Amino acid sequence: MADSGSGDIAVIGNTDLTPSESENNIKNTMVEKGTNLLKRMEIGVAEAEKRTGKNAVNMQETYTVYLVETRAVDASSEGTTPVPDSLWRRYSEFELLKNYLLVTYPFLVVPPLPEKRAEFVWHKLSADNMDPDFVERRRVGLENFLLRVASHPVLSNDKIFYSFLTEENGWKESVFETGFQAKADSRLKALNATFRVKNADKRFADMKHYGDELQSVISQLLRVRARAADRLYGVYKVHGNYGRVFSEWSAIEKEMGDGLQSAGHHMDAYAASVDDILEEEEHYADQLKEYLFYADALRAVCRKHELTQFELEMAAQDLISKKQQQEELATGTLRTFSLKGMTSKLFGQETPEQRETKLKMLETQIEEGEELVKEKNTECEEFVKSAWVDIERFKEQKDHDLREALISYAIMQISMCKKGIQVWNNAKECFSKM
Amino acid sequence: MFAHSTSAAVKLNNCANCLFPCAMSTGTPRSLPSSGQKSLKDICHPLSAEESARSCSPDRLKTSNPGEKDRSLPNGTPVDTSSPASSSSLLNRLQLDDDLDGETRDLFVTVDDPKKHVSTMETYITYRVCTKTTRTEFDFPEYSVRRRYQDFDWLRNRLEDSQPTHLIPPLPEKFVMKGVVDRFSEEFVETRRKALDKFLKRVADHPVLSFNEHFNAFLSAKDLNKRLGLALLTKMGESVKYVTGGYKLRGRPMEFAAMGDYLDVFTQKLGTIDRIAQRIIKEQSEYLMELREYSPVYTSWTSFEEDLHEPLEGVAGCVSNCTSALDELTEDMSEDFLPVLKEYVLYIESMKNVLKKRDQVQAEYETKLEAVVFREDKKTPVPTDVEKCQDRVECFNADLKADWDRWQNNKRQDFRQLLTGMADKNIQYYEKCLAAWESLIPLLQDKQETKGWNSRITVLGTLNCLQPGEEH
Repeated sequence: MADSGSGDIAVIGNTDLTPSESENNIKNTMVEKGTNLLKRMEIGVAEAEKRTGKNAVNMQETYTVYLVETRAVDASSEGTTPVPDSLWRRYSEFELLKNYLLVTYPFLVVPPLPEKRAEFVWHKLSADNMDPDFVERRRVGLENFLLRVASHPVLSNDKIFYSFLTEENGWKESVFETGFQAKADSRLKALNATFRVKNADKRFADMKHYGDELQSVISQLLRVRARAADRLYGVYKVHGNYGRVFSEWSAIEKEMGDGLQSAGHHMDAYAASVDDILEEEEHYADQLKEYLFYADALRAVCRKHELTQFELEMAAQDLISKKQQQEELATGTLRTFSLKGMTSKLFGQETPEQRETKLKMLETQIEEGEELVKEKNTECEEFVKSAWVDIERFKEQKDHDLREALISYAIMQISMCKKGIQVWNNAKECFSKM
Repeated sequence: MFAHSTSAAVKLNNCANCLFPCAMSTGTPRSLPSSGQKSLKDICHPLSAEESARSCSPDRLKTSNPGEKDRSLPNGTPVDTSSPASSSSLLNRLQLDDDLDGETRDLFVTVDDPKKHVSTMETYITYRVCTKTTRTEFDFPEYSVRRRYQDFDWLRNRLEDSQPTHLIPPLPEKFVMKGVVDRFSEEFVETRRKALDKFLKRVADHPVLSFNEHFNAFLSAKDLNKRLGLALLTKMGESVKYVTGGYKLRGRPMEFAAMGDYLDVFTQKLGTIDRIAQRIIKEQSEYLMELREYSPVYTSWTSFEEDLHEPLEGVAGCVSNCTSALDELTEDMSEDFLPVLKEYVLYIESMKNVLKKRDQVQAEYETKLEAVVFREDKKTPVPTDVEKCQDRVECFNADLKADWDRWQNNKRQDFRQLLTGMADKNIQYYEKCLAAWESLIPLLQDKQETKGWNSRITVLGTLNCLQPGEEH
């Protein structure tokens, strides 16, 4: 194990960590956060399988299902590890769960799912959803999603989440029964609020801006990385041609032949090594993608704040105008232009009885309005409070995770360099024996 | 100038009929078929090509053992010289070791210090040619002259004309498309200088070519032009002699046919290697282009991060370092690797031409011999011109074989050096990248510790215990 020099904590100095070990680092961080759920059960997505069946329009389709496994934590303390409970879930069911969580906990930064379709691919082959590498990476991503939810102090206590993990049949129905779909805000409503809100909390505005920038920079990074990976692939693979030509050349040489032939084999090995290298890099890309999608979740929370704030402002505005109307009626003065004012000018004023009825109505409305404003105010305040707590939690998580990702990226690069040095040293030895 | 020293022993006279200095090595004094005393029947008939080649050449090879130093001269060392023979120079040549170890070398040449000259008519580059030598053929032990490509070209032509039986090393390409390549760029001039340096070194190491008077003039004359004119006049006649055309060769002797075959395949493989090397450089350049965009993205990310500012900046720096390392690698390969391959392609062309010339000489001999053989009057001795032809064939064959062996040896060394150099450059590239990334790790991990993620340590510890076998 390489020691990077920080001698006292030699284990961290170990640069021989593989990406899967590094991934485990993040998982273990989640586990030790110790939500009640994770204290009780282990969660994993163990396998993926292809299924065919009839879909909603009665047509045959092929889809992938994932095995969600759970096991009680203390079960293995007796020395025997019992078989975990498991059930199969499709990607669409994960999506349903996520949407439910988004609507039900709009003040939380809900963990994202792995991408639906392969994007930012460096090699055309892996753009296929049925590609085994893609399916495998998706399996890892889904497991990551479940662990993220399970390690969240609030989300981990959700009943629907628990039944997702434990009840195969009837889960979908129970989700729909919550009526969460009705609670979802329409896009239009949200957009409207964003434009018209006047006093949104500055911190949320800044966070939204941060989310935009994060998304932009990660997208750029992923695009360039994919192009660079393509090029790197080309560089390595062309070296394989040396293998063949050295072999052919060695056939006409006497003393040089052996050296050339062996060197050729090393060139072949060099060319082949790029496949593993790029597969490991894909892992890094996945870590970045998670935070690309997290940026969306972050922005969603900010938008929800704008919406609640806007609704509060609207309610307050409404109350003010009602109070004004009341005042006008009571004092008989016309402060603002109104249709009432116009019509009364044209058609004469209303009778005292009519005015009484109106005043009474307004009073009720104002009472209701004040209740509403109080309600909305509380809603808004509570939202800001809990949302900000979660945003702070998210910020820490993001800083930690991205740092981990960069470390594992550096480790990967180091491993790639070491392999390169080894291969070329081997080739050099062969050449010197020519 | 090519006078044979008649005062020397009999063995030296065997080449009396040969107009050109030849690398005839003779072991114990034996009379060659062309000595004049032998009857026609004893002459190896070249028409029985295979057998004669087999029977004739081993003899030559036996006597041309490089190890033999008793009374025979090492293979390839001229028996007679192009300069007036003196006992001391003969001694020098006896000591000349074919294996080119520096201890026995007595002539060192280097090409350096390119300078641009601007005149009203033209602009050109001259190179300094430095010589250090103990040979008595030279008036002084050291020389330093300025030469331009034209002069090198002149030298090569003179060598080819005056030593047609020998393989002359190649020069870098003469013509460059003015629009495409900058003839005065540092890279071009440096590449050319290296090739010219190699050319002169190869000539200097050659036991016959290095004694050529034109080579001497090239190295020593202050003003080459005068010698140029003189040399041209005297050499005109000689060079015409070798333009023997129209003779048809019946069969190339086996060993020369094998050489030809080897050269054909070798040319092919060199061509493939050249293409692969160029393709790699192209792919690396494109990879380089992407890398150049990669680093700035990390830098722009730092502008809106607080805690991640340093690690991101660190990664940006690493990527940047790797980018420059790759740039260097690509440049080195372009400048050092590709030109050598091209040079060998030219070398092979020269060798093929020499083989063809040899064929011509043999064809001429065979034709003339045939005419004589079917003559009716068999009593008169073989006419001298047929004998001369036979001599020429034998001289040529011996020279060519000696040069071939030398060439094979040099080729092996050159390619060993070239390929080892390629491996070295790649190793250096990876080492630079490794150093950059390794220096980043402590920077990245430090912060994690101070942030209090100490519980990770125990987890990692358990992790490493549980999965000892997990290797990638």
